[in-house]
Amino acid sequence: MSGGITAYSVVEPSAWSRRVAAALVVLYALVSMVPLVWIVITGFKTPPDSIAYPPKLVFSPSLEGYVNLFTTRSRQTPEYIHSLPPAQSWYEELVRSRNMVIAGPSKYLPRYINSLVIGFGSTFLAILFGTAAAYAFSRFKVPLKDDLLFFILSTRMMPPIAVAIPIYLMYRELGLTDTKLGMILLYTAVNLSLAVWLLKGFIDEIPREYEEAAMIDGYTRLQAFWKVVLPQASTGIAATAIFCLIFAWNEYAFAVLLTSGEAQTTPPFIPFIIGEGGQDWPAVAAGSTLFLIPIVVFTVLLRKLLLRGITFGAVRR
Amino acid sequence: MHEAAASASVAERVAAATPETIVRRVRGLSDRAIAWVFVLPTMALLLAINIFPLIWTIRLSFTNYRVNRANAPLRWVGIDNYVSILTDPDIWSSMQVTARFVFWTIAIETILGFLLAVLIDRKFRGHGFWTTVILIPMMLSPAVVGNFWTFLYQPQIGLFNYAASFIAGIPPSSFQMIGDVSLAPWSIVIVDVWMWTPYVMLICLAGLRSIPGYIYEAAEVDRASAWRQFWSITLPLALPFIMLAVLFRGIENFKMFDMVNLLTNGGPGSTTELASITLKREAFEKWRTGYSSAFAIVLFVAIFGLANIYVKALNQVKQR
Repeated sequence: MSGGITAYSVVEPSAWSRRVAAALVVLYALVSMVPLVWIVITGFKTPPDSIAYPPKLVFSPSLEGYVNLFTTRSRQTPEYIHSLPPAQSWYEELVRSRNMVIAGPSKYLPRYINSLVIGFGSTFLAILFGTAAAYAFSRFKVPLKDDLLFFILSTRMMPPIAVAIPIYLMYRELGLTDTKLGMILLYTAVNLSLAVWLLKGFIDEIPREYEEAAMIDGYTRLQAFWKVVLPQASTGIAATAIFCLIFAWNEYAFAVLLTSGEAQTTPPFIPFIIGEGGQDWPAVAAGSTLFLIPIVVFTVLLRKLLLRGITFGAVRR
Repeated sequence: MHEAAASASVAERVAAATPETIVRRVRGLSDRAIAWVFVLPTMALLLAINIFPLIWTIRLSFTNYRVNRANAPLRWVGIDNYVSILTDPDIWSSMQVTARFVFWTIAIETILGFLLAVLIDRKFRGHGFWTTVILIPMMLSPAVVGNFWTFLYQPQIGLFNYAASFIAGIPPSSFQMIGDVSLAPWSIVIVDVWMWTPYVMLICLAGLRSIPGYIYEAAEVDRASAWRQFWSITLPLALPFIMLAVLFRGIENFKMFDMVNLLTNGGPGSTTELASITLKREAFEKWRTGYSSAFAIVLFVAIFGLANIYVKALNQVKQR
C-alpha cells in the first residue's frame, strides 16, 4: 500500500463518482458470487430439487447431498426396507426414504485426508528448503545467482502435462506412482519456485544490520539466521506456506495423471461422485463446498498479501 | 570448570595469534559453506523433478517410444516427430484454438480488470470488503470450478441458461453452451474471465496505487480534465503493471488444462481443444509418448520464447 497517504491527498474523487464506483463494484461482486452461492445452495437441495426446471430458488433444505457425499448406498425394495429394524440415525432414515440403505462410507473423506496430508507435507518441505535457499540468495554471493533464480522461476512455465510424461515413467521405475510421498515430492518441487521467490522478497526487507549486530554480539551466522532472521520473517513464511498449501490443495493435472486410488486428492475425485442415473449434483455441490471452505477462509486472511503471492512477489504493494 | 577456563584461554591465545585476514577468511568460508548447504536441497529437488524430466522429454522426443508398448524396440527417429508436429493439421488447429482462447480471455480480462481497479481505487466505503469478495473466484481450484460450471451450463437445469433467457428473452433450452460448436469456445472464455478478472484487477490496483499523488495535484493545477488525466497519467503509469498481468495470464492460459479438461474436455469436436488437451490425448490416451514429448518441447519453447520477447517489450515500457 505504498503511497497510500500521499495518493489523492489533495485530489479527492467527488462523492458522486465514488457512489457510482461503489455501485458498479458491488454489482460486479454480487454477480461474480452467484455461481459460488448457487453451488453452496445446491448442496442443501434434494436430488430432484437440484434438477428441477425452472431452477428452484425456494426449497426445503436437506442434508441429503452431504449424506450422499460421505456414503455409498444400495437400492432396495420397499418390502426389504420395511423388514429392517427401525433406523438408528437420521441419515439412515433419510436414505431409506429414497428406498436405499447405506452400504458403507464413500471415498470422499480419504481423498480429503490425502489432500491434507499431501498439502501440508509438500508445504512443510517447500518452506524448509525454500527458506534456506531464499536466505542464501538474499545474503550470500551465490555463483550465477540471477541465472539460478530465473531458472527456478522458469520451471513454472512448463505445462504440467508436458513434464508429467517423464515423471510418470520415472515414478514407475521408483515405485512412486500413486503414493503420497511421490505427490509430496512433486508438489514440493513445483512450490519451491514460488517459495524461494516470495521468501527472498520477505528476507530482503529485513535489514542486514540486524544479523550483523547479532554476529558482533558473538552469534554465529547460523545462530543469527535462526534467532534473528527467522522470527523477523515469520509473517512472510506463514503467508508463503498458505500459498503453497493452496496450490497443492487446488492442483489437478498431476493428480489426475499420476494418482488413481491410494494417493488421489480431492479435485480429481469430486467430478466422479456419481449418483443413481448420472451425476448426483447435491453431493457434488456438497463436496465442492467442503473443499472450497478452507480456500475462502485463507483468501480473507491473506487479502493483503495476495498480490505478492500470485505474482511471485514481482509486484509489491 | 577448570577445563573450560583453560580452553577459553587457549581460544584467546589462538585468536590473539591469528592475523585478522585469516579470521575473515574462515568466516567467509563458513558463509560459503552455509550458502551451499542452503541452496543445495532446492537445486537437487528441482533438478530431479524439473530438469531431469525435461531432459528425458527431449530425449524421448527423438524416439518412437510408447509407454504402453515398453518392450517394442526403441528406435531413434531423429526430427521426424518435430516435422510431423509442425505439419499436423490437428496440432495447428489446437494451436489456433489456444491462440483464440488466450487472445479473448486476456482482452476481456484486461479491460474489465482495469476498469474494476479504477473503480475500486475511488476508495468508497467498504472497498476493502468488496475487493476481497471479488478476489475469491481466482483462489478456487480450477478443476472444481470447471466441474461446477458444467452444472451451471446444463441446458435444462442450469442457472446460466436460465439467467441468460431473462436477459435475451429466449427460452433457456434453446441453446447449449458446452454442446454447441459455436458457443463452446465462449463457454470456456466466460469461465476463465469469471475466474481470472480479479487477478488482473489486483495487479492493476497495485499499479494505480503506485502512482504518486503529486502528479495528479500538478495536473489539477494545470486544470487538466479528468479524462485528460486518465489518458496522460493513469494509463501510461499503470501500463507496466497491466503488461505484467497480461504476461502472467498469457503464460497460464497458454498451458491451460485443468478447468477446460473438466468443462468441455476439448469438445464438441475439437472446438475447445487447447494445446494441453491435445497433449494429454496424445500422451495418455493414444500413448504416443515420443510424439507427445516432441509436442511438449514445442509448446515449452513457444511459451518460453514468447514470454522472453514480451519481457523485453515490458522492460522498454518500464524505462520510458
